[in-house]
Amino acid sequence: MSVDKTTVAKIARLARIHVPEDRQEQLAGELNGILDWIAELDEVDTENVEPLASVTGHGLPRRADAVTDGNRVDEVLANVPETASGFFVVPKVVE
Amino acid sequence: MSDILSLTATEARAALDKRDLSAVELASAYIGAIEETAALNNYVAVTADHALEMAAQSDARIADGSAGLIEGIPVGVKDLFCTAGFASTACSRILDGFTPTYESTVTANLWNAGGVMLGKLNCDEFAMGSGNETSAFGPAVNPWQAADGADLVPGGSSGGSAAAVAARSALLATGTDTGGSIRQPAAFCGVVGLKPTYGRCSRWGIVAFASSLDQAGPFSRTVADNALMMQAMASHDPRDSTSADEAMPDLTAALDKGVKGMKIGVPSEYVMDGMDSEVVALWERGQAWLRDAGAELVEISLPHTKYALPAYYIIAPAEASSNLARYDGVRYGLRVEADSLDDMYGATRAAGFGEEVQRRIMVGTYVLSAGYYDAYYLKAQRVRRLIKNDFDTAFQSVDAILTPATPTAAFPVGRKVDDPVTNFLNDIFTVPANLAGLPGMSVPAGLNADGLPLGLQVLGRAFDEATLYSVGRVIEDAAGFSALPARRAGGAS
Repeated sequence: MSVDKTTVAKIARLARIHVPEDRQEQLAGELNGILDWIAELDEVDTENVEPLASVTGHGLPRRADAVTDGNRVDEVLANVPETASGFFVVPKVVE
Repeated sequence: MSDILSLTATEARAALDKRDLSAVELASAYIGAIEETAALNNYVAVTADHALEMAAQSDARIADGSAGLIEGIPVGVKDLFCTAGFASTACSRILDGFTPTYESTVTANLWNAGGVMLGKLNCDEFAMGSGNETSAFGPAVNPWQAADGADLVPGGSSGGSAAAVAARSALLATGTDTGGSIRQPAAFCGVVGLKPTYGRCSRWGIVAFASSLDQAGPFSRTVADNALMMQAMASHDPRDSTSADEAMPDLTAALDKGVKGMKIGVPSEYVMDGMDSEVVALWERGQAWLRDAGAELVEISLPHTKYALPAYYIIAPAEASSNLARYDGVRYGLRVEADSLDDMYGATRAAGFGEEVQRRIMVGTYVLSAGYYDAYYLKAQRVRRLIKNDFDTAFQSVDAILTPATPTAAFPVGRKVDDPVTNFLNDIFTVPANLAGLPGMSVPAGLNADGLPLGLQVLGRAFDEATLYSVGRVIEDAAGFSALPARRAGGAS
């Protein structure tokens, strides 16, 4: 499962990080170094072992289905790079 | 008082209550100390005026008899915690200019207990690193110096926090620990650091790195001060669904309990090839101290130890790639304009994230991508269960586990490393506790031949921080660690 330049470009696109072409080769090398090392886990027999996603030992708590917060438009928009009429502004998406 | 900076938090609390010292005097001394040690780059923002205002309020509360647990004590805050009205950047360019409108639960708890905020402390970008060298503000420097005078890293990611407490520019400091980010810098800087049980401290308002591993904790110069701060910062918080509704015992009561009759485990798998002989010697000394204090030392086995790091470097980047998806140039922080929305995302994230963060997001994205999810992510989660099972088994026969905190002492700033994996090895002794959700404490226990601090780590059962404080205190007393770093504030005091 070796990562090449094409795979780096694909991952970069999935991660929404612009990786210039002249960086892709080096990054592929670094990722392979990490992935080769991680492959050590293949030695471990995990047959019939359930994946552990949470160590809390308790389920997710539930709260009443009621409004507990809101009316904070100014706070929500306080750090927005670009805003207009109480909205987030992004480059045009729909033609 | 000429030696204000040498008071521990516990001593300062007593001096404040006796009116030998005012909170404003104490805060002023620390603001001076921050200026004196500015070259260490431990602070990324100093909130001096705010500190003096908070200190004046503390003095008023002390006067009217309503002082809190850490009333008037100056506290530095890792820049990973959101502080209302003060820039909070995770030491990343992508959060440039971000000023939260809300306060993290942990810092709110500290201020409610009377803590005085000194400023924001340097850390690795998004807490990803073991040397505080990935910070957008440049590296924080350890107040301990190499024999040749070279600058050393304070460790990371909570490097500024550990360094400031050691340099006497903060009396207490907050940190976060995802794979060792409190315990490793504590060891490198010769201070006490605790990673509590997962769920003890609310994660609400802390910039997320890997949510199933992240946990906030205290830095201090002594074990007693650490207990005091931990008591103030932990709480059950409905705003963090993983926050534990477990009562916290009186931690200061645990300090003098001793270890008589306790069983302390020594895991044979923590003896690593090529381990620093001074670290091995310190570990053995630690075992002897606990034995002399009446504990029974028991050899235990944690068979999956060597798989903790590779499992961690799947799980943590996977969670990070998901958590860091929110930095999109739309809602807060940096934005690099582009013609299309996708290009805006890509350009913003390329400019805003540093190299290490980009690399980890890429690894995380890869291991979660179609076709690899089972082979990497689920595999790592299965190994994580085996690691937790190892600890569950061990804790059936021991009360605590003693290990070295780090494989080496602090290394030089700018050390060239060809392979990113080499840097990961710093966390070899600390990562397992994060995967298992267990509490761990790093206690300064001695100096190496170069005069640099080394630490011992004590691991405990979930929600049994109290035992760590009992064991930590015995190590502290036996070690008699009193050496001071060369580059500290208040020099001769």
